[in-house]
Amino acid sequence: MIQVNQKGGQLICTLEGVLNASTPVDLPADDLSAQKIQLVGQDIESWNTDFVVTLYYALRFVPRENITYSHLPPGMEQLLRLAFQVPYKEEGVSPKKWPFLERLGELGIRFCRSVKKGGLFLRECLFSWGRQLRGKAVYRGKDFWAILGDCGPNSVFIVSLISFMVGLILAFVGAIQLKIFGAQIYVASLVTIGMTRIMGAIMTGVIMAGRTGASYAATIGTMQVNEELDALQTMGISRTDFLVLPRMNALLLSMPILILLADFMGILGGCFVCVLFWDIPLSEYIKYTVNSFNMTNFLVGVLHGLIFGLIIALCGCYFGVTCGRNADSVGAATTNAVVYAIVWMIVMTGLLTVACAQLGI
Amino acid sequence: MKQNVMIRTEKLSIGYEGKIIMQDLSFAIAPGDIFIIMGGSGCGKSTLLRTLTGLIPAQAGHIWIRGTDFINATPQEQLDIMRHSGILYQGGALFSSMTLAENVALPLQQYTSYNPEQIRQRVCFKLALVGLAGYEEYYPSEISGGMRKRAGLARALALDPEIVYFDEPSAGLDPVSSKNLDDLILEINKTLGTTIIVVTHELSSIFAIGKNSIFLDKTLKTISATGNPHELLKNPPNAQVYEFLTRGASYEKRTQ
Repeated sequence: MIQVNQKGGQLICTLEGVLNASTPVDLPADDLSAQKIQLVGQDIESWNTDFVVTLYYALRFVPRENITYSHLPPGMEQLLRLAFQVPYKEEGVSPKKWPFLERLGELGIRFCRSVKKGGLFLRECLFSWGRQLRGKAVYRGKDFWAILGDCGPNSVFIVSLISFMVGLILAFVGAIQLKIFGAQIYVASLVTIGMTRIMGAIMTGVIMAGRTGASYAATIGTMQVNEELDALQTMGISRTDFLVLPRMNALLLSMPILILLADFMGILGGCFVCVLFWDIPLSEYIKYTVNSFNMTNFLVGVLHGLIFGLIIALCGCYFGVTCGRNADSVGAATTNAVVYAIVWMIVMTGLLTVACAQLGI
Repeated sequence: MKQNVMIRTEKLSIGYEGKIIMQDLSFAIAPGDIFIIMGGSGCGKSTLLRTLTGLIPAQAGHIWIRGTDFINATPQEQLDIMRHSGILYQGGALFSSMTLAENVALPLQQYTSYNPEQIRQRVCFKLALVGLAGYEEYYPSEISGGMRKRAGLARALALDPEIVYFDEPSAGLDPVSSKNLDDLILEINKTLGTTIIVVTHELSSIFAIGKNSIFLDKTLKTISATGNPHELLKNPPNAQVYEFLTRGASYEKRTQ
């Protein structure tokens, strides 16, 4: 237990008996930081660090020169001296709480800064494109082929599988509804138009955002952590030429091919359901598929894919190059790359759909 | 601008986004010097290096490098200055997707008109200079931390720069590797006459290689001492410098 006495302007705290976590440390509520405190040990049977922790916490604002020790167990005194060696920094405890309006203002400023940063990045990319068209952009062909291999052939399986499943689901759900009208044969048209016009592009876009966009952000973000981007900059090599262009080119090249594959696999998935579950003859399914296939729909799908490719590459690379210099930032950059890519893809789909409707496409 | 000064700063303020970390930094570095920028952790040494290399803008003041006003220079002039500079980053900053040879070749491909064979020969020579002969086809992940730093140095030396900056060269190295790197820095300075600027707080390196130095004082937010590190230890201008150079020995006891 602790006995507290005031004597000659000094607060004398006598520690005695068993001192552990359950020992109450009741000190006067006055401002202790201005007081001289003497810690006196008397018949201490046992003590542990839990007690020292509690005692230090109660006295943490007292400057070390105001504390004197007498007859304390050596270990306890050493621990306390060590803890009091540096003055307690009060402002380090509770972070400044900002009023609501200031927080709102800060959010607004941050938003404007990120818009400006994004705009500058886009401008940099446009200049890089210009340099590429003039044959002056610097990047390694080897890097481009490696990136193309990763976002092209290596994505074939996952894109095929997901598109097949989407076609299958479309056909299944569509057939249930169309059967009510005895029109389940039109499932072939539903799947063909749905996949070629939009679903193939969206599914490929979502897969590539999660697979390739995230990988771009993580790779470039890690390069930032390892100071590789600084090295590029100080060597006078444009980071957009060297890192963004090959990634953008690879995605722009592989997206149309992947979309073609996704369309085909989706139609195949629909065929699988119709032939096996709804007893529609294969020849009929093919006939209706061919009849409902429309080049305009297909090209609209490919246009979507190209725009999605651009969005994925820009989001992945932007969050990579603006990544902080620690592991957490790489994680955040990766998440942001995927989330922003998907959001922008959906926004662009909406805009393109409205534009197509206005143009009568 | 006098020709006997490689880098000169005048009333330079450094920091990020308007937040000043150090101010009123005025110093000059002679050609062929080994110049140490020292100070405690978090005092702004690396920020100063990043400012000198153009990675972040100066908040105020002037920097002249090879007689050119670096801050007000056009991007082309800045590029030309950086073309004559090499930087060794803390971890080497090698591109992990490239072999050591490809890493060292990159600045040569960017700035010279050498044919692939000439580049191969130069890469081989630069790697040999830093003790990595025969490691051309290794990837950065296949070699040790010390070797990565040496490979980074080979890349920094690729274009025969007049100035080489080192950011904490001893960080993360064992004492022997650290000493070997110090010896290499001395050799390069002696053999090639390269001006070397080192940011470090490793005392052994400071005393082993430093010809001149500045001490950045976190409290004063400016330079509090300039001179040869051995001289500064002998005649310390203030307690902070003495405590730093003696690993915290008491300045008062020394003067008594």
